[in-house]
Amino acid sequence: MAEILYEFQKALLSTDIINAKRILFEAANQITFDQMIETVIVSALENIGNGWEKGEYALSQVYMSGRICEELVEILFSSESRQKKPAPKMAIAMLNDYHALGKRIVYSVLRASGFDVLDYGRVSPEELVQRIINDDIKIILISVLMFPSALHVKDVRNMLNQSNVKIVVGGAPFRFDRQLWKQVGADAVGYTASDAIEIIQSLSAGGI
Amino acid sequence: MEQKPISSLQRVLTALSHREADRVPFFLLLTMHGAKELNISIMEYFSNAESVAKGQLLMQKKYHHDCLYTFFYAALEVEAWGGEVIYVDDGPPNAGTPIIRNHNDISRLTLPSVKDTPCLMKVLNATRIMKENVGDEVPIIGVVMSPFSLPVMQMGFPAYLELIYNQPELFKQLMAINQEFCVDWANAQLKAGATALCYFDPVSSSTIIPRELYLKTGFSIAKSTISRIKGPTATHLASGRCLPIAKDIADTGTAVIGVSAEENLVDIKKICKGKLTILGNLNGIEMSRWDAKHTIAAVKEAIIKAGSGGGFILSDNHGEIPWQVKEDVLMTMSETVQTYGRYPLVLGERE
Repeated sequence: MAEILYEFQKALLSTDIINAKRILFEAANQITFDQMIETVIVSALENIGNGWEKGEYALSQVYMSGRICEELVEILFSSESRQKKPAPKMAIAMLNDYHALGKRIVYSVLRASGFDVLDYGRVSPEELVQRIINDDIKIILISVLMFPSALHVKDVRNMLNQSNVKIVVGGAPFRFDRQLWKQVGADAVGYTASDAIEIIQSLSAGGI
Repeated sequence: MEQKPISSLQRVLTALSHREADRVPFFLLLTMHGAKELNISIMEYFSNAESVAKGQLLMQKKYHHDCLYTFFYAALEVEAWGGEVIYVDDGPPNAGTPIIRNHNDISRLTLPSVKDTPCLMKVLNATRIMKENVGDEVPIIGVVMSPFSLPVMQMGFPAYLELIYNQPELFKQLMAINQEFCVDWANAQLKAGATALCYFDPVSSSTIIPRELYLKTGFSIAKSTISRIKGPTATHLASGRCLPIAKDIADTGTAVIGVSAEENLVDIKKICKGKLTILGNLNGIEMSRWDAKHTIAAVKEAIIKAGSGGGFILSDNHGEIPWQVKEDVLMTMSETVQTYGRYPLVLGERE
């Protein structure tokens, strides 16, 4: 298994989709479908995300790896007729700013890990709250790049005050100020895309 | 006979030649704060050259930092290409919907003419006013987005990364036209009175792309672009990491590197000593909730780590201090560098 993971991760880091696909499909003879998702794809994405946090890899590699895995997982799920992972209903959005990279990475990694997630694109705090209520969302993932946008998470929190919706935040301002997520009233912060997987698993286990 | 005090320009030039002047020079890279000085909105402030020039001159007089900064906001360059700019009340204007929505749009791009583009002319006018006021006493820092980093605003980050990896010919085409614009825009600013240009290139940082890709893309583009800019440049990675590529950046012909709060100034200084002057690296985001104690500690720490032997300009790590950073923090930064940044540094011993 370790060898499959190593080779698959190497292919992702080189953005070699052909090789990544070959490794995964050959592995299908040796490991189960669930092992393929959890032990190969999710682990590879986690390693790459953690490597980025430590400065070993670059964001472009995180992004391209997520995109490749997203594509491969779609093929795997359609060929296996599998159901996506059970999880509370969730959505992802950019708040106010137009910088879509962080949101796209998290979206890809979550989908590649077998989660269903709605993509709200770019929204204002008011629009976001309305959509959360309309769609009965339980976990909202908010990605920002600009510092003022990060501060506006507080507006979302205030408008959602009475509900049990969990707010998970991520993006550069939260990386540069590790206390900011608490200041804006978020329930959790992710510093890498793969953090989102752990956070969702932990929030789901909490029974929301 | 009393000695004439050293000018900001002399202080900065001494630092750039890796020697110690009277004290560590410091750049407060303030943009929107000029609106606070004039008690007007951010939108009104950036609507005319006179306001920005006046704001910069007032702030330099107030905080005694060693530069004037002609940077309005990053989205201004995409505005020059016909893009949308969205103003907010509490931050820099932001680039709106990308102008390149599909690959065909790349071949349809028209090179903006500097003299026919009002938003660019506004910056040139502000530069001229600043130059008339300070002459050669205070360096005037202009700004260009690198041809390699501009597409983040022209087409959006995800689409641009996919272009870099998957469409080499189109990428080349986009770089060619962006480079022409960058060179024209940089040289127009120098002609208007800018002393040096800040070459913003965050996509080249090791936070965003691996070194091997940088060498094939951002590095060669920077080298050929900088060679055509008729004045000194400072490469700024806008909070991105630089350690794996700092030596390469020195080879692009730039004189200064703007560095991230995520990296240790001691490590950066080791690599850059004698080659590149370091600009940085106070954490601009955290700065918005600093008190006096935090501010003094952060300034002193940066000076201890990178001040010795020159080659260091104290600044924030992003190239734009957030609107939320308060006046008393800026004042404390200024007082601290003037007190503890005096050469020869005795800070280490005092600690």
